[in-house]
Parts: sequence; C-alpha cells; structure tokens
Amino acid sequence: MHVTVDQNRCCSSGQCVLTAPTVFDQSEEDGLVLLLQDEPAEALHPQVRTAAAICPSGAISLTVGQAVGA
Amino acid sequence: MSQSTSPSSSLSASLSTGQADLLTMPADRGGCPFDPPPSYRKEASVSRVSLWDGSPCWLLNGYREVRTALTDRRFSADARHPGFPFLTPGRRELVGDNPSFIRLDDPEHSRLRKMLTGDFLIKRVEAMRPGIQRIVDETLDAMLAKGSPADLVAEFALPVPSLVICDLLGVPYEDHEFFQRQSKLLLDATSPAGTVRQAVDELEQYLTALAARIGADDESILGRLVARGDLTSDEIASNALLLLIAGHETTANMTSLSTLALLRNPEQADRLRADPSLIRGAVEELLRYLTIVHTGLPRVALEDVELDGVLIRAGEGVLCMLSTANRDEELFAAGSELDVERDARRHLAFGFGVHQCLGQPLARAELQIALETLLRRLPELRLAVPFEELSFRTETIVYGLRALPIAW
Ligand code: HEM
Ligand code: SF4
Repeated sequence: MHVTVDQNRCCSSGQCVLTAPTVFDQSEEDGLVLLLQDEPAEALHPQVRTAAAICPSGAISLTVGQAVGA
Repeated sequence: MSQSTSPSSSLSASLSTGQADLLTMPADRGGCPFDPPPSYRKEASVSRVSLWDGSPCWLLNGYREVRTALTDRRFSADARHPGFPFLTPGRRELVGDNPSFIRLDDPEHSRLRKMLTGDFLIKRVEAMRPGIQRIVDETLDAMLAKGSPADLVAEFALPVPSLVICDLLGVPYEDHEFFQRQSKLLLDATSPAGTVRQAVDELEQYLTALAARIGADDESILGRLVARGDLTSDEIASNALLLLIAGHETTANMTSLSTLALLRNPEQADRLRADPSLIRGAVEELLRYLTIVHTGLPRVALEDVELDGVLIRAGEGVLCMLSTANRDEELFAAGSELDVERDARRHLAFGFGVHQCLGQPLARAELQIALETLLRRLPELRLAVPFEELSFRTETIVYGLRALPIAW
C-alpha cells in the first residue's frame, strides 16, 4: 500500500491522526496533514483505510497493488 | 412550466413544481425522542420539501448523497447566494452580516479557518485533558455538594464546556449568563427575526469591546486574533462569536442527551463502567445515534448537479440531513439502536467536507472525560422524574434537553 496526502485539500480535521497516529501527523502551525510513512506495514492497513475513508476533504489517497514502486 | 412528472425523463421534475411536504420547525419528534424528526425523514434519498417561508428545497436523507453534497464544490455554504435555504426567520435576517467562516466558501473560508486550526490540533487538545478533567471534577463536586436531586443541564452539562471555551477564547466566565441567554435566543427557531438580530448585535458588541481591551500579549484565541493585525474588528467579532456559541451549546446538549441515552440503556452504561477504555468508541456511537445538529446543514447548488438520479439545478437549496444519514442501514446495521461497541467512526455528526467541525477534537475530549467521570463517580445515577416528563429542545437548531433532573 502506498499513501499520499494533499495538503492543499486538507482542512486540518485531525481525523487521520486519531485513526492512524503512526502514519499521520499534523503541522504545529496550522494542523495540516503530515505523512510519517508512505509504505505502512500490513498491520496498519485497516487503520489507514479507515483514515482515508473518514478524511472529510479527500486529502488521503491510497494505491494498492503492483503500481507501487519500490 | 412543464408538468411535474414527465414519463420520458428519468430525472425528477424541477423543484418549483408539484406537491412538497412542509418542513416544520420546531422539529417535533415522533414516538421516540432519540429518533430523527419524522417530517425530516423520507424514504427517498433525495426529496422535495418546502420550508417555513414557502421556499422550495431538496431534502437529502441518504448517507452517500449527504456526503457528496458536503464535499462537492458545486454546493456552496455561502448564504448570500440566491436560493440558499434558511431554516428559520433568524437565519434569513442575518444574511447581510459579515459572515463567519462557517458561511463562506474557499478560499475565504480556508484563510480564516487556518488561523484557528493550530488551536485544535489533536496533540494540543490531548495536552488540555488534565485541565478539562479538573473542570469536570470541580463542577461535579459543586453539584454533589448541593445534593440530590439536581438538574444535570444547569449544574454540569452547560457549565463544563462553557468554562472550557471561555478559557480558550479569552472570555470571562462571569459573563456566562449573558452569552448563554443570547445564544439560546440566536439558535431558537421560534425567535422573531428582530430578536435574533438584537442577540447577535449585543454579542458582537460585547466581543468587540472585549477584543479592544485585551492585551497584545494575551495568549487566548481572542488575544491572538487581535495581535495578528490583519483582521477587521468585524471579522474578529463574528469568528469569536462562532467559536463561543459552537463551543458550548453543542457539547452541553451532547453531554445531557448522552447521559439520558445511557440511563435508558443501563446495560451499556454498565459495560462502560466495567471497561472505561470503551469510552472513546462509545462517544462516537453517541454522536452518531443522537446527531444533535438535527435539522440538517444547508447548502445551495451553484451549478446543475445530479444526485441519485435527481437533477438539482443551479440556485436550488439542499438540506443535508446528518441524522438520517447516520442511520443509513447500508453503513450502520440496526442504526436506530444504540450500541456503544459499534465502530461508528464513519458518522457525519460533525458534518463532512472542508467545514467539518473545527472543534471536534475538543468536543471529543470533553465528552469522553465528562461521561467517564459521571459514570465512575455516580454509580447510582438515575432519572429523578419519569422519562415521559422530560422536555426536549425541538425548537433549536441544536437538539437537546431543557433540563435533566437526576438523582444519585
Ligand atoms: C458535540 C459537539 C459538536 C457537534 C455535534 C458539532 C457539530 C458541528 C457541525 C455539524 C459542523 C458543520 C457545519 C456545516 O458544515 O455547516 C460544525 C462546524 C463547526 N464547529 Fe462544531 N460541533 C461540536 C462542537 C464544537 C466545539 C466544541 C467547537 C469549538 C470549540 C466547535 C466549533 C465549530 C466551528 C468553528 C465550525 C465551523 C467550521 C467551518 O466552517 O470550517 N464545534 N460543528
Ligand atoms: S483527515 Fe484529512 S482533512 Fe483531516 S487532517 Fe487528515 S488529511 Fe487533513
């Protein structure tokens, strides 16, 4: 699974940090999403999927499968 | 105008033709005070309704449609656009005002919201927990000292979030009777437009005077908004007003209604008492089940948009019903029932899209601490009057209880 975030869409809700705190963080200044790791381990995938589903602004994208470069 | 139904078109007729049900405000409940108001609940995911002033509007009841309307930039939250649906005379009265960012679209919305997002970081709110716990304990001590029975709304549910937001915003809590009374008038659908106008003017004058007095080194939100130097005094007042009202009314009503919901489902309250680690999930489920922003979020279409086969035309209003979306069976099986162990995180009680509640981390912390503490310190908590005698706030935009008499 490859994770990307788009700060231009993010509205600093914090939902991703609540859901997957080892994958997402927020900037101190204005709460915009920060990505801590873009290839999370298998065990984190359910959390990351939930985070992407509840992100209110569509700022989290996931790509799964062969398309992921090494 | 054509007939209201045309067999050759799969799209429904335009909003202005045909019969439409009237949405009532007060939004009366049917048999169960926890269920969404019946007049706001339709079978179809998109239906035609008419508002108190006779203006037509689309009611969105399905989870998917509500989420789409709240994220699609073709729907606007700016009430100055023609066709914007007003739920109450008061809301319509305020349209000419300098809007706070809840009633603006990006980029203006985002510019103003970003000045505050740093205050509601998950990390920052986590650091506030000991302070919130202290406020909760002291407020509860005072209620216990007065003795059983007591009104949980007046003695606990309202003071706790008011104390918290006053501290954060830089508003003296001594003034709570004034701003609580004004915000009640402001949110009451039965208030005449002139009353709402006066309540807002008085609150804004109060906040402007406060901002003028505050020192540049003041660390409260109000102090920092003043210190920036790039905001007009109107902008400071309208955004401080938004925080003050949104910051105490919502959490207060959620606290009292959640307590009642747990008293009505004692086996679930027992589960929370036995395992306090369930409280985080339980608060999400209570937010879903109670959805206190109960008459929906208004938006207006800026372009033609098709939703579930229905054509919403540019200039037509929609009302996004969070309460029915939160009971959509596709997402929440047996959604009309409270289940504190359900994974309810996809609920829309804080809205969705770029306007999703700014204060949600704070609201969650307050609710988790208040409910956990109440259950732990009052093992014998019970209603002091029969359930049937309770009086609910159906006339306000934020649903809740007028009073909650409890004993322990
Ligand atoms: C349980 C408590 C709460 C609930 C259910 C709630 C619900 C909501 C909802 C549904 C919206 C979206 C409105 C829309 O899109 O039109 C919203 C926005 C907002 N809420 Fe809350 N809220 C709560 C607590 C709070 C608290 C404690 C604060 C402040 C400290 C707050 C501040 C705001 C602000 C500033 C907005 C506007 C955000 C924007 O437009 O970008 N809320 N809230
Ligand atoms: S959930 Fe989405 S909007 Fe919220 S902070 Fe994370 S990326 Fe930003």
